[in-house]
Parts: sequence; structure tokens; C-alpha cells
Amino acid sequence: MNEILKLLEQDARLTPEQIAVMLNRDVDEVRAEIEQLEKAGVILGYRAVIDWDKTDREYVSAIIEIKITPQRDRGFDYIAEKIYNYPEVESLTLMSGGYDLSCVIKGRTMKEVAYFVANKLSTIDGVLSTSTHFVLRKYKYDGVVYGVVEKDERGHDFI
Amino acid sequence: MKPYSELLSRAVLGIEPSGIRKFFDLLDEVKDVVSLTVGQPDFITPWHIREAGIHSLEEGRTYYTSNSGLAELRSEISKYFARRFNLSYSPNDEIIVTVGGSEAIDLTIRTIVNPGDEVIIPTPCFVCYDPIVRLSGGVPVTIETKRKDDFRLTAADLRAAITDKTKLLILPFPNNPTGAIMAKEDLEAIADVLRDTDILVLSDEIYAELTYERQHVSIASIPGMRERTIIASGFSKAYAMTGWRLGYLAAPAEIVKHIFKVHQYAIMCAPTTAQYAAIEALRNGDDDIAEMTSEYNRRRRYIVNGLRSIGIDCFMPEGAFYVWPYIGDFGMKSERFCERLLYEGGVAIIPGTAFGACGEGYARISYAYSVRHITLALEKIEKFIKTL
Repeated sequence: MNEILKLLEQDARLTPEQIAVMLNRDVDEVRAEIEQLEKAGVILGYRAVIDWDKTDREYVSAIIEIKITPQRDRGFDYIAEKIYNYPEVESLTLMSGGYDLSCVIKGRTMKEVAYFVANKLSTIDGVLSTSTHFVLRKYKYDGVVYGVVEKDERGHDFI
Repeated sequence: MKPYSELLSRAVLGIEPSGIRKFFDLLDEVKDVVSLTVGQPDFITPWHIREAGIHSLEEGRTYYTSNSGLAELRSEISKYFARRFNLSYSPNDEIIVTVGGSEAIDLTIRTIVNPGDEVIIPTPCFVCYDPIVRLSGGVPVTIETKRKDDFRLTAADLRAAITDKTKLLILPFPNNPTGAIMAKEDLEAIADVLRDTDILVLSDEIYAELTYERQHVSIASIPGMRERTIIASGFSKAYAMTGWRLGYLAAPAEIVKHIFKVHQYAIMCAPTTAQYAAIEALRNGDDDIAEMTSEYNRRRRYIVNGLRSIGIDCFMPEGAFYVWPYIGDFGMKSERFCERLLYEGGVAIIPGTAFGACGEGYARISYAYSVRHITLALEKIEKFIKTL
């Protein structure tokens, strides 16, 4: 695996200088490689990992299982595009198994999410059925454990 | 009643508590300190290993094991020695599972040393060898390893320290605190000195998995050395298992037979839960070691580069997770420097003198911390140095 990617995935704020030192590489080379990865669309962005539950933001999120009819020539992509273009849709993935698309939606209230599913999602041509599951609590997401603040509890008095 | 100082063992009364106790007391006083003092991994034991320990409790495995440790674990340790270091030790009578590498060191020294025997200890080093030797009535003979030798033990220095009373050489590499290692050719030179003597070797290889430029080589793999070597090692550093208190020793059966008695009477057996976890560690933990080692390696380069770029001369360590920078250019003793850095700079590092008198001029900095933590500490150290 690309080591630069691995480091940036852990901490997007690392500078090319820091990465170069850690990997024992030339800084210009690292900078160029990062640029290349950005251009090629491998690195799509850099963002903070936020636990919104710890803020005063009111929101609910739901995972919606969607069954669809694939379209001739365009397979699942056409309907997927119609769905992910809604700003309410946080993520959308094509799945194997009992349903086709897994869609994560964020809204201010359950009512808002329900409204979106009933009026926007279900009415798209080719959507056969939806099944909505509201998220009650986020334990771990993208490799990060939520709700736990790490404390250094290591004893230091024996060397 | 007489004062305790007349009632207690003279040997124990004669040894000092770990020299940096005073410094750690200071550490507890000062608030909001960025600490780089800890001598244990910042990783948590990998989950599959913890889970194996938990599972053993669920299964009700809460009894003592056999004195020398679970047969299954000894067998895995034996395979591990072969797989990682090309060493052959019989699980039946050449391996004892101990309470940490520390117990292995204690047992070995107690089994070998008679009153008056000299024990050669390369310094700076971990703090336990000297007092344990003294408790046995032995005489510690220190050799100062030097920057010009990359803090390795040289054959010439060893030869000069040997007398007809020399019983044991302690070989603490990869080294805490310097991060120095002994390469194969260095060990061969040491072996040449030892070969025609009756000197035994206690090789403390607790950091064997944490080497960054090359694979660790054990002195026991050098021809003629296995017969005189006792290897002390453990799970603490390699698998981030310090709190489980589990280690082991390996030596020829004729030595183990006697070490075993001390272990049997003093300890009975190592903790059972930890032993089950350790079986899982040895069976499925090689990837964890690789992952953690490469993380330490990145931090090692990062912290050495960081220290050098703020004007602190720093030896590039090849093992363990410490750097050993030279701070003698700041016009004060190590302890004073560290105290002032603590109070004025808000960063805690350990004065080199905690690891032997020859640590004067140096300090130990641990990089068992996140890069972000290290970065913060480096910024503060730089700020402090500018005020000097």
C-alpha cells in the first residue's frame, strides 16, 4: 500500500515535510506524488473527523436499503446518480446481497428523513422498494471510535 | 525495637531506589506537562490478543499453570525463536515463562552470581541490573559505551573489563536508553573475546522486535555462544503487552534446570490469562509487530530530525523507542536541564544520569507517543532552548 496515503488517511494535516522525514524520502518528491494523487482523483479531499453528537447540531441519520431495477445499458449507475445528487444523501454504495443500494441520509428530524424517502426516493423511476433504518448511535466510523476520549494512563515511574 | 535500618537486610538497605524517583515526583507536581518519559508502547494490546485472554477467563481457565508455563505457550515460544531469530530451544526443558522480562533477569542473575563475582554491565542501561547483582552479593563492573562507537559494546572495552572474577556479561541490546543495537559483526567480536573464557552472558532482548535498519541478531546464534547464553525477553514491547506481565527466558537445559528452582519457589507460575493471550500473540501477531514497528520507525526519523533541526545533537538510534540526544552544550548538568525544561518549557524528558553516571550530558526521550504529541513537545523544547 502507498505509504503516503496511509499516513494521510490517519492524519490529513501532516505536511509534505513531515511525511518526507517519516518515510526517509525527498520532500519535493513527496510533494509531487501528493499532487499526482490529487490530480488522479485518488485523494479526493482532506477533512476533519467530527463527532456531531458532541455539538448542539440537531440531526438524525438513517440507512436506507433500496431495491432498484437496473436500466438497460446503464445498469445501476443511472438511478444511483439520480439519488446521490440530492444533498441530503451522505453516502451511497452499491451492494451485493438482498438489496442493491445502501444510502445514508442525514436530516434535521425523523420527519424530514421520512418525507425525503417517501417523496423523493421512492418516486424515482426504477426504485422498487425502500427500507429505512434510523441510526441510534455511532460507535465506530471510518476506523474512528466515537464517544471515547483517549487518555494516557500509562504508568511512568518505572523506566 | 531497634530502628528498621538495623533490622532489615543489609543488602537491600544498601541499594538505592531508582535514581530518578525524585525527578518523577517533580513531574507529578507540574500541571499540563507534555511528557516524553514513558518507557512503554502507546499502542493498546491488539484486540485479538486481548480477546484470547478474555476468552480464557470465560472458559474458566483460572488455575495455576505448570511452573514453567503452558506447554502450548512454550512450544510457540520455541517456534518463534526459530522463525524470527534462527535459534533452537526445546520447549520441554530450555524455556521458562516468567512474569515479564524483569523476572527472567532477576532469576538469571540470582542463579548465576555468587558473592564477590563480578558482573559486567555496559552502561547507560536499564536500571535493574546493578541492584539485582548487588542483592546477590555480586560486584557490578560497568563499561561506558560511547557515542563514537554508536553506543555499542566493543571487544576492546570488554577485554579490558574482564578479570579472573568475571562471572557474567549482561548484554542489553537493543538498548534502553540509547537505542543502540549490536550488529552481527559486533557480536562476533564480543564472541571472540568470550570464547575461551568461562563467562556467561545474559542477553536482554526485550526490544528485539523493535529494530529499524536490520533484523535483530541474538548472540546465542553466534557459534560457541549458545552454551553460555541466557536470553531474557518478553511480550511487553513487541506486542504492546506491558501490563500483562509476561516474559520468558531461554537457555541450555543444564542452566534452566537451576533457574527453574528459583522461579518455582518464588513465583510458581506466570499469570494464566496472560499466557493464553500470549499464545494468540505468537500465533497470529507477526503482522501487529510489523505494523507497530513501522509506526515507531516513522516517529524515530521524525523526532531525530526534529531535534537536530532545533540544534540538538542526536544519535540516530537503530532500536527500541528512545532517542538519546546530547544536551551537554547548554551549560548545565542533565538533571538541571531536565528540571528547567519541565518547569520553564513544560516538557518532561528523563535526565541521562538516571541510566548511569555516564549518562551525564544526555537525556532519554521516548517516542512511544503520537506524532502530534511529539510535534507539540518539539515546539516547546525549541521555545525553551531559545531562552537559554
